[in-house]
Amino acid sequence: MTEIKEQKKEHPKEELIEKPFSDLKYSLYLGCVIPNRYPMIERATRFVFDKLGIELIDMNGATCCPAPGVFRSVDKALWLTLGARNLTIAQNNKTTELLTLCNGCFGTLHEVEHEMKSNPDINQRINKILAEKNIHFDGNVNVRQIMDVLYFDFGLERLKSLVKKTLNLRVAIHYGCHILKPSSTQLFGQDPDNPTFFDEVVETIGCQSIDYQEKLMCCGAGGSLRTGFKDNSLQYTIEKLRQIRKVGVDCIVVCCPFCHLQFDLGQIEVSKFLDDGEEEFRIPVIFITQLLGLAMGYEPEDLGMIKPEEPKGISPFVPFDKLLKKIESIPLDNQVQKIKTNAKTEAKPKAKTKAKTTTKGGKKL
Amino acid sequence: MEYIKKDVIRTFSGNIEEEIIKDHALKAIGACIQCGTCSGGCPSGRRTALRTRNIIRKALLNMDEVLKDKDIWLCTTCYTCFERCPRSVPITDIIIKIRNLAVRKGNFLESHKQLSHILIETGHGVPLGNADSKWAKLRVSYGLSPLPPTTHMHPEDIQEIAVLVKETKFDKLVGYPPEPKAD
Repeated sequence: MTEIKEQKKEHPKEELIEKPFSDLKYSLYLGCVIPNRYPMIERATRFVFDKLGIELIDMNGATCCPAPGVFRSVDKALWLTLGARNLTIAQNNKTTELLTLCNGCFGTLHEVEHEMKSNPDINQRINKILAEKNIHFDGNVNVRQIMDVLYFDFGLERLKSLVKKTLNLRVAIHYGCHILKPSSTQLFGQDPDNPTFFDEVVETIGCQSIDYQEKLMCCGAGGSLRTGFKDNSLQYTIEKLRQIRKVGVDCIVVCCPFCHLQFDLGQIEVSKFLDDGEEEFRIPVIFITQLLGLAMGYEPEDLGMIKPEEPKGISPFVPFDKLLKKIESIPLDNQVQKIKTNAKTEAKPKAKTKAKTTTKGGKKL
Repeated sequence: MEYIKKDVIRTFSGNIEEEIIKDHALKAIGACIQCGTCSGGCPSGRRTALRTRNIIRKALLNMDEVLKDKDIWLCTTCYTCFERCPRSVPITDIIIKIRNLAVRKGNFLESHKQLSHILIETGHGVPLGNADSKWAKLRVSYGLSPLPPTTHMHPEDIQEIAVLVKETKFDKLVGYPPEPKAD
């Protein structure tokens, strides 16, 4: 993915001022799948944000977003109502930024936010229902997704400076749907058929994003399909897994726990659809904050990547073992540098001053 | 008359289109030219009988059968058709609306009904179970609280949800509480 670096990115929002990490503050919206099925994602995210000194405030009493597949399909009115109620919890936390770690939750909450802010009819109707419990959505909450926070609030340069261990893993990125589409309200201002933000983040933190066919296709879990017709949803997953296996990667990186579940548990579930003689899939699936934590040099146990012996039948279903073994053998960058500087002591400082002047000239706009 | 068979006569009694365009944002359904770009790009249509163009066609013609069609539940709401439509028809949102109308007629899957009940009871679509469940234990093993700070940790908020559920008549819609089984 070399061409992504040349593309000019335009920030769709007005504020481009990079705040120090200590000034960042989010209401953390957990949703359902993360706290109840993939708590390792919660663990890794809380850990990394804590290490960076970013405050995450719990959203007490939050419900399901509600899911944009099942619940929006059953009844849009309840979907809007509970979605707006969730937004008011962030409002009561006195935060303007609501952070979700899930594409589905993002899809719901972002659309609810959009509807409540731009559609006076809906705003009135839903606030009237909420008034029954003395709740009112004031419209001062911005729904953010983890990728959007990494890309804009952290920024690529700062992400780069956090890297203490260049992993250089070959990874298959899965974007998911609701973070890209509908493009009219997408946060990145990128073409949903040719997005780059995820690749940029992954390459910035020192991994190689490997392209594969059907990279942008849905994982199959969404839209209530997994709940209603699981076998059909797994047909999506197996197709993606086959394409990913073709290009050969160390792991699949996702930014959505439902996609995570579909790829992780899905690898076990698709067994029955394998052709004769086709090997079982065992490709580790890693969440973006776990990958970031590893790149920052933290230990896998800090990032929820060591699965406990007990209880049985828990996530992740595809073990991380192979990946962890590989990571174990990778030294920290300063150790690598030490070896390098010992080899050629003169070349280093020169390169550093040069880099400094270019950033100065290029950045101050 | 050999050519007209009774079983191909379809009913057009509904007012499906009218219902759809009550939602202002969905008015563009009238702009559909039946080009089939939606069906062509649909990842679900690649492996199932879902034909998005056909669904929109039936909706425009007010054909009752679209509300009974199981295929409308095969969409993953990936928004590919929505993005590619040359007439900017918000197809995915229309399918959601058609699903809403179908549910009002009682046409939805048992699994979706069950899940709706779970939402009313726990506030979650994917609940944790109790503090002794394996998922709670897993949380603890990662140094997290056994229950997340959602409705699980604050069961009093379930009452609040119940009021909102009543207010939107969601409970009636999904048949909650379920009628006790006669033994």
